[in-house]
Amino acid sequence: MRWVKKAAFALLLTVISIYTLFPFYWAIVSSLKTGSELFEVAPWPKEPAWGNYTAVFTAQPFGQNIFNSVLVATAVVVLSLVLGLTASFALARIQFRGRSTLLLTVLGVSMFPQIAVLSGMFELVRWLGFYNKLPSLILSNLILTLPFTVWVLTTFMRELPKDLEEAAIVDGATPWTIVTKVFLPLLGPAMATTGLLAFISAWNEFLFALTFSQSDSVRTVPVAIALFSGGSAFETPWGVIMAASVIVTVPLVVLVLIFQRKIISGLTAGAVKG
Amino acid sequence: MAQPATPIVSGKGGASAPPEAPSSPLEGTSALLRERTRAAWMFLAPTLVVMLVVAGWPLARTFWFSFTDANLTDMAASQFVGLDSIRQVLDDPDWWTTVWTTFRFAGVSVVLETVLGMIIALALNAKFGGRGLLRAAVLVPWAIPTVVSAKMWAWMFNDIYGVVNAVLLSLGLISEPMAWTAEPGLAFGAVVAVDVWKTTPFMTLLILAALQMLPGDVYEAARIDGAGPIRAFFQVTLPMLKGPLMVAIIFRILDALRVFDVFFVLTGGGTETMPMAGYARQRMFEYQEIGVGSAAASLLFAIIALFTAVYMVVGRVKLGD
Repeated sequence: MRWVKKAAFALLLTVISIYTLFPFYWAIVSSLKTGSELFEVAPWPKEPAWGNYTAVFTAQPFGQNIFNSVLVATAVVVLSLVLGLTASFALARIQFRGRSTLLLTVLGVSMFPQIAVLSGMFELVRWLGFYNKLPSLILSNLILTLPFTVWVLTTFMRELPKDLEEAAIVDGATPWTIVTKVFLPLLGPAMATTGLLAFISAWNEFLFALTFSQSDSVRTVPVAIALFSGGSAFETPWGVIMAASVIVTVPLVVLVLIFQRKIISGLTAGAVKG
Repeated sequence: MAQPATPIVSGKGGASAPPEAPSSPLEGTSALLRERTRAAWMFLAPTLVVMLVVAGWPLARTFWFSFTDANLTDMAASQFVGLDSIRQVLDDPDWWTTVWTTFRFAGVSVVLETVLGMIIALALNAKFGGRGLLRAAVLVPWAIPTVVSAKMWAWMFNDIYGVVNAVLLSLGLISEPMAWTAEPGLAFGAVVAVDVWKTTPFMTLLILAALQMLPGDVYEAARIDGAGPIRAFFQVTLPMLKGPLMVAIIFRILDALRVFDVFFVLTGGGTETMPMAGYARQRMFEYQEIGVGSAAASLLFAIIALFTAVYMVVGRVKLGD
């Protein structure tokens, strides 16, 4: 009876692992197959070939696309963290009239469907002369990351001990000194977690990137992958698409594996406590 | 940024009583309070300005466009048409098809995600070797961009060369290859499959976090009362998980209602397999009808705002401590 239970549990764990990892595994396998081998369903290529990985960069400006994504996501994260740090200090540590309303507004904005700002944002982007340029994506992605950053940092900031701040106030520290000299060093891990989550959401953003970019060279990675086209209209280059998918996924998977504990605490701080 | 260097003393004390030191400088004199309130607004100002620019203004413009006949070719020439654009959306049977698709999608995938998330969370909550590794592995689908996971699955769902058809054929479950992404009924299932795969980890994490906060002694008591694992789950675990579970579910519903990427990549935009956001975007940029498209977007916004209100009430969001 005992070993039946154990075996059933082991089976359950195996099924969970296969379900979770198989699509990723299959993408890797397919990316290593070329020619007609791609169209045979074999669990591993006879002779793994890297042709698809070089083709991604020659058939498409994929290097440029990756650079665009890194640039946009980094800029968005830095802006969100800088703005979010002071805003969350005010929201977490200072009692003032209108604070709850502001917090509700921040939460409300993070629930916005992107589509609801799309036409207004399009007009704004065109008016600023950002259409088909990367600043359009930096600007528009802030709507995804800034409310989220403020919200999560506020949650973390609330948990810092009161005594530290009191001691600083008695010593005559200004709020600015408290934020930069007392809290910022303590918030390092929280900033890293929040930044990583914001980076992932900016990296994955699709709707704005699809709408505000026109030329291949301005596209970010998700748009480039979604619009990958083959040599002819009838041929989808699946091997190349899978290679591109693996290239952009591996760094994310590595990051997630390294920071998994922090990611979990960040996600739950953002969702459950909210 | 002047700050009183002298110790803070409350001014309430009468002549007879010695001035009473406040219990905490954070609740100090009104001068300090004013100073802190001023600092709060200065700290908030940049964020508020950015939020107004990227959220408030575009949202207001979208609402405004909903009442105009704005066209992409010449947005300056748009005219106020009252409820005409909104009526155009409401009179369009295609819109109602997308509404039905979106709600069905949200319902089916959130139910599946919740059930699967619960099963996986319960499994990961048990103690076994390699638990940390499996917990990390479960996060992988969540980290992969939606577009990329949709492409990975589109390849697996390929009608001629896809691994899904190959496996089902070899198991004898189907007699001929199925066009998973081309046929509307099947395509809907394919989209749900991708979404469930991608977002179940999120559900798992939230449930797991809640499970780990449950007190152990309740289970002890249940075991002494002779409750088996299944009864313990339904009578002890589930009732205690209710709060966090409701929050997670409504959170996911909100997300599913604004779905766009998975449908766009997997089905390529036929009306029968399009979500509301896809409809709005198509009207705006493919048909160039910014006005009508914005009206559809505003309707979707209204629906989501309604659900957000429900989220606030059900999740009993506590603001301020």
